[in-house]
Amino acid sequence: MNSSKEAIIAAIKKNKPGKLPLPEHPKFPYENNLIEQFQASIKLNGGLAKSGEGIDQIQQYLNEKFTSDQQVLSLVDGISGNFEIGKVKDPHELEDIEVAILEGDWGVVENAAIWLPEEKIIHRALPFIAQHLIVLLKVENLLGNMHEVYQKINVADPGYGVFVAGPSKTADIEQSLIIGAHGPRSMVVYLME
Amino acid sequence: MKVGLFIPCYVDQFYPQVAIASLELLESAGVDVDYPLKQTCCGQPMANSGYQDYGEGAADLFRKNFSGFDYVVCPSGSCTLHTKDHIYSGKDNEPKVYELCEFLTDVLKIKNLKANFPYKVGIHASCHGLRGLNLAKPSEIMGVEFNKPKQLLEMVNGIELVNLTRKDECCGFGGTFAVFEEAVSVSMGKDRIKDHEEQGVQVITGADMSCLMHLEGILRRENSPVKVMHIAEILNGQVPKTQNQK
Amino acid sequence: MAKYQKPKTRSKMKTTPTHAAAAEAFLKDGERSHWHDDTLWHVRSKRDVAAQKIPEWENLRNNASQIKDYVLSNLDNLLLQFEKNASENGIEVLWAKDADEHNQHVLRILEENQVKNLVKSKSILTEECGLNHFLEDKGYDVVDTDLGERIIQFNKQVPSHIVMPAIHLKKKEIGDIFHEHLGTEAGADDPAYLTEAARQHLRQKFIQAKAAITGVNFGIAETGGFVVCTNEGNADMGTHLADLHIACMGIEKLIPRAADLGVFLRLLARSATGQSITNYTSHFHRPREGKKMYLILVDNGRTDQLGREDFRNSLKCIRCGACMNTCPIYRRSSGFSYGSTVPGPIGSILSPGMDLKKHSTLPFASTLCGSCTDVCPVKINIHEQLYKWRQVITKEGPSQPSKKWAMRFGGNVMSKPKLFDMMGKMARKSLTISPRGFIYNSFNAWGKHRELPEVPKESFKDWYRKNRKQ
Repeated sequence: MNSSKEAIIAAIKKNKPGKLPLPEHPKFPYENNLIEQFQASIKLNGGLAKSGEGIDQIQQYLNEKFTSDQQVLSLVDGISGNFEIGKVKDPHELEDIEVAILEGDWGVVENAAIWLPEEKIIHRALPFIAQHLIVLLKVENLLGNMHEVYQKINVADPGYGVFVAGPSKTADIEQSLIIGAHGPRSMVVYLME
Repeated sequence: MKVGLFIPCYVDQFYPQVAIASLELLESAGVDVDYPLKQTCCGQPMANSGYQDYGEGAADLFRKNFSGFDYVVCPSGSCTLHTKDHIYSGKDNEPKVYELCEFLTDVLKIKNLKANFPYKVGIHASCHGLRGLNLAKPSEIMGVEFNKPKQLLEMVNGIELVNLTRKDECCGFGGTFAVFEEAVSVSMGKDRIKDHEEQGVQVITGADMSCLMHLEGILRRENSPVKVMHIAEILNGQVPKTQNQK
Repeated sequence: MAKYQKPKTRSKMKTTPTHAAAAEAFLKDGERSHWHDDTLWHVRSKRDVAAQKIPEWENLRNNASQIKDYVLSNLDNLLLQFEKNASENGIEVLWAKDADEHNQHVLRILEENQVKNLVKSKSILTEECGLNHFLEDKGYDVVDTDLGERIIQFNKQVPSHIVMPAIHLKKKEIGDIFHEHLGTEAGADDPAYLTEAARQHLRQKFIQAKAAITGVNFGIAETGGFVVCTNEGNADMGTHLADLHIACMGIEKLIPRAADLGVFLRLLARSATGQSITNYTSHFHRPREGKKMYLILVDNGRTDQLGREDFRNSLKCIRCGACMNTCPIYRRSSGFSYGSTVPGPIGSILSPGMDLKKHSTLPFASTLCGSCTDVCPVKINIHEQLYKWRQVITKEGPSQPSKKWAMRFGGNVMSKPKLFDMMGKMARKSLTISPRGFIYNSFNAWGKHRELPEVPKESFKDWYRKNRKQ
């Protein structure tokens, strides 16, 4: 097996060009209207971002929107659901989750990407298997662009981390945008002051 | 400033009026221009077909014909690009090669023209001039808009320039591509024409007669009233011929 | 054309149709060809809008291009660094010299873990390796989970586009396919209805699957992790529910630093579809507790391409598909006309390196308009490489005696002014005096749908002699 590795490495050594320099990353800081820009970006991705609402209003929204026979899973302090994640051993048990409420680490306004490291989602499958997704994000954790967010996070800290920028979507049939391909059919972000 | 006029082979044979207009434009700008009589072709047809080596004889002849000139000026973006890329290497003792429009805007810095052209005109942005010579900002590249052929046409009295839906899509000529990939080539040409027709264009112009020859071939086959004219003809004050004929 | 290495010809094909013939066949249905063209032009237009919003766009392209240049110039060390870090993360790294070894690795992993059914998210590399057929022949149930891929899997086709695999099919046809395979209502072609049917069907497959195969968009050398981008979330649905995850990665997909992702992710989705980012960008560094993660590093001709000075930078490709969306030939002739796993302009410079004979017409399926080069987010000089492949193919590829003779003849005429003038005169004369049917015949491809230029009385040279040099 290692002979292939040796052969590949040897072929590269023989064939590669002379060493070229590794460039630094350019800096493009990006400061204005972070909330509005985030809202505009997520809208293009098929999601929605609200600002100016508190925990109580989110709880009230959940109570109104979802019935008691639907599984509501909250990983956010102060928001209660009816599904205990602590008991879940196998992610297949998450199959019938109706809505998951999570808290994101960082949000990027140029594209609405929200960084969700493994510890914030407990099970990697959770943000994908739930029928709907709600993510809370502190306004102070909004950043301009992807260069900035990679300065803030260490991607190798969690075993898994994901930027989620909207609901699951596809345009594979005649380029018609359809929300809810495999994962969440909606994504609402609450930008918290 | 000694300028050598390079007239592409097919222009010499089939579109002498384009060469005459180019020559007169340069002359009326007061340029010392000469046309070396032993010129033939830059060798592009062979090279683009994969036989660059068979174009070497033409390239040698080209260098001989144009030695001693400060500039080579050519009314074709494609041939200009080939000459720059494959005949010269950019050394100081070589003539500088310019496509006609960029020579007028960048070297002669023409600010006004006497021409009058009261027609609705669509610009065909030929690819080699556009992306190879930067005669205009290609739509793929982000940045400040500029367009040298358009800048010149805007100096013509009475002209009405239209905006196309696809302002710089290829017409499908592509040299021997036009023959070896006939079906795609014609389909592309028809689509370009349709775009111009939808904007009510009377005359399609551009800086490359080869693309226009391809479009003209389709227009004439289809008995379209739309005409093609090389930009040099318009800038030099020519008017469209009355009718396209099969 | 220095340092050209002759590709190892692996073609066992009978005769591959030329691109021109396949394109002509596709163009017979003019309505479909225009629909295909318009659909992809729309994607290209969305890309323009997205790029216009980024003032530093051209800067990003330069930066990305330079990072990839560095990667190619240091690929051996970066791969070793990547392997070491990934192994320390608990990822089992395997090396495959070619497609067959890649497929054997996958088979062995499945056998060792006693897995029979698996889900797959989009991976052009596994298409290149023919993995699906290989596994299906051995009795495995392989389910492609990207909606477009599932559609073409049902339809027994390969992707016609690397980002939008089913872009060649109309919703009516997809409705028929789903009616047959998923029992949707006959004649139903509403995309929302069809997508929902696929969702229900594939959810069952995700729940049942024991193994998930994904491609890799970026491997990060400094951290030993990898990134997978999807909009549907299918890669994640698969990998997070299955017991084992097999990631298949071409060796050129490496980037040195995690922060390089900032550059590449800003370019990738915008170039591909005009989105600012894919809705899911997943960073894998360690398997879930008690589960397994494998990563297969595949060469399959890439190190050969690295040795071809004129063509090596085709390996910088990040598979965004922008060159396909912008290519006026691709848009009108569709992906299948190329007969290669990666179609379009980038495919036309990659594929001849894999099999020169089979793909010898691809570099000629271009007007050299250069739009591909200008949209490419990593600044691959695609059209220049098409030109250079042409020079190689006329020497090393299948012989074309008549074309060669014509070109040699032309070159000879062009090098002799007197001969040129005489030939020109003769040509103009014969065009003037010949009857129309003699000129416009089946050998005259130009004249099939086009008139030849009107013949002037005299050439410019004749005019000049008379009017300027008496």
